[in-house]
Amino acid sequence: MKIGKDTIEYVAKLARLKLTEKETDEMSHEIGAVLSYAKKLDELDTSAVKPMEHIIPLRNVFRNDNVEKSLGLEELFSNTPSKERGYFKVPNTF
Amino acid sequence: MKLYELTAHELGDMLKKGDITSYELTRSILYRVHTVENNIGSYITICEEEAMKRAELVQKKINAGLTRSPLAGIPVALKDNICTEGIRTTCASKMLHNFIPPYNATAASRLYEADTVLIGKTNMDEFSMGSSTENSFFKKTRNPWNTEHTPGGSSGGSAAAVASDETIFALGSDTGGSVRQPASFCGVVGLKPTYGAVSRFGLIAFASSLDQIGPITKDVTDCALVLNAIAGHDKKDSTCADIKHPDYTKALVKGIKGIRIGVPSEYIGQGVSARVRRAVLDSISVLKDLGAECEEFSLKMTQYAIPAYYILSSAEASSNLARYDGVKYGYRTKEYEDLYEMYVNTRSEGFGREVKRRIMLGTYVLSSGYYDAYYKKALKVRTLIYEEFEKAFEKYDVIAGPAAPSTSGKLGEKNGTPLDMYLGDIFTVPANITGFPALVLPCGFDRDNLPIGLQLVGKAFGESTLLKVGYNFEQSTGYHKRRASMERGEHQNEV
Repeated sequence: MKIGKDTIEYVAKLARLKLTEKETDEMSHEIGAVLSYAKKLDELDTSAVKPMEHIIPLRNVFRNDNVEKSLGLEELFSNTPSKERGYFKVPNTF
Repeated sequence: MKLYELTAHELGDMLKKGDITSYELTRSILYRVHTVENNIGSYITICEEEAMKRAELVQKKINAGLTRSPLAGIPVALKDNICTEGIRTTCASKMLHNFIPPYNATAASRLYEADTVLIGKTNMDEFSMGSSTENSFFKKTRNPWNTEHTPGGSSGGSAAAVASDETIFALGSDTGGSVRQPASFCGVVGLKPTYGAVSRFGLIAFASSLDQIGPITKDVTDCALVLNAIAGHDKKDSTCADIKHPDYTKALVKGIKGIRIGVPSEYIGQGVSARVRRAVLDSISVLKDLGAECEEFSLKMTQYAIPAYYILSSAEASSNLARYDGVKYGYRTKEYEDLYEMYVNTRSEGFGREVKRRIMLGTYVLSSGYYDAYYKKALKVRTLIYEEFEKAFEKYDVIAGPAAPSTSGKLGEKNGTPLDMYLGDIFTVPANITGFPALVLPCGFDRDNLPIGLQLVGKAFGESTLLKVGYNFEQSTGYHKRRASMERGEHQNEV
């Protein structure tokens, strides 16, 4: 199975990735190969099977709305590539 | 006997008695790192100064009787996806090459609270995606048993560091076998605890429903000691189980008479190298001689674990890695005119080849039109795999088999297509899909003197049973006592 070039380009756009011509070609083969292998799962009848997202039941963790120690602005922004006056700086969005 | 050659429990006794100081021990480890690191390449970051300072501090606590931790003063290495406050944590990616976490992962803080001494952060496959540590942005790591071979992956740096005595123990993370397979390839002990046993807070996420932090140690006793230190409920991780953990060292007692062990015929059949099969069958005989009841049975779902795993893990990864956009932290491209271009260029320049491939696969199986056919289907197959294991555990206490179908491959020798490479994870991924705990320990060597690992899978939160079986096996075989040669092997790989 080979995934079409158009599909690869569409998925790359969804994933916010830019692929070179060569990468697009390789991905269409490699992802195609994994997906055709995944078709093996169709050998199993799962019509009456419930999907399992998580192994242990998930419960929300609540706490009282009290002020606790948290990181300061300086620490929070310590890894930010571009910042100004306590804000993340990005190009114009509008 | 050099200090760096000893185990954590041996050194812990010596520290307690005052025979040695943490200062001497840390110096011994750093000396070892200086001697062999050029050859092995276990670390991305070495914290030499911090380690010496910390050793001094911990020694004061030991002298004053202010610590009761059995790991006090013991050097540790952490995989570079476990956040350490003030110490660069890169995930072996260009995307995080300059990231200095402002907080500690819970597993890291528990080790600090246990008064261990951090030596450094270990190499790995970028974002844990890979099985040879060759997908690191920074460097290659070599297998201490034969430096022409890979250490396995993705926690290859942690396993190599333990095997080459560049640390006393290490933590790795395991999403599809990333603790167990490198432990197997490097001849050391590796445990993937039950999902939810160890907090994932501060572990940089790959696939959240599969990821689990685990110890890599020189023997089973050390494994139990480290598990004691890191396991336990954490309110910062909603998937961390709120249960009372036993003292895992209580499991380290002689006698496994009557323990029921099942050996899946799929795990010792076609596709498994002859020497691996022989070593595993010999190990089963050892367990039988020790009084365990062993029999072969069939795990028919084995063949479906790999496709289900790669769909689920890639889907979760594509979602988890969406956060890397060049805004809040990490790498940002220099070439952009607008916001969209900034995102795209940052991600395209910051992620390596394998990471992009997994993001693409994950995005594809989650996209509209394919969600039911691939992602939902895989979730349903996950249920079937889980149910088959549950059923097996009605009959057996432990499921035993090899950790990997073969021993470690040569560096640079790509094992065919990505799909071929993924198939090497066939025996490790089921424990991630089902959440069950799995212990790997050395059980033999191939003709090239490369280690072979025995895997024991247990019931949920049944780590004690695994440690007990592992301990008894180890005590009667002694494979864990053999040390890596640190040399280039002269033999040809077994065909």
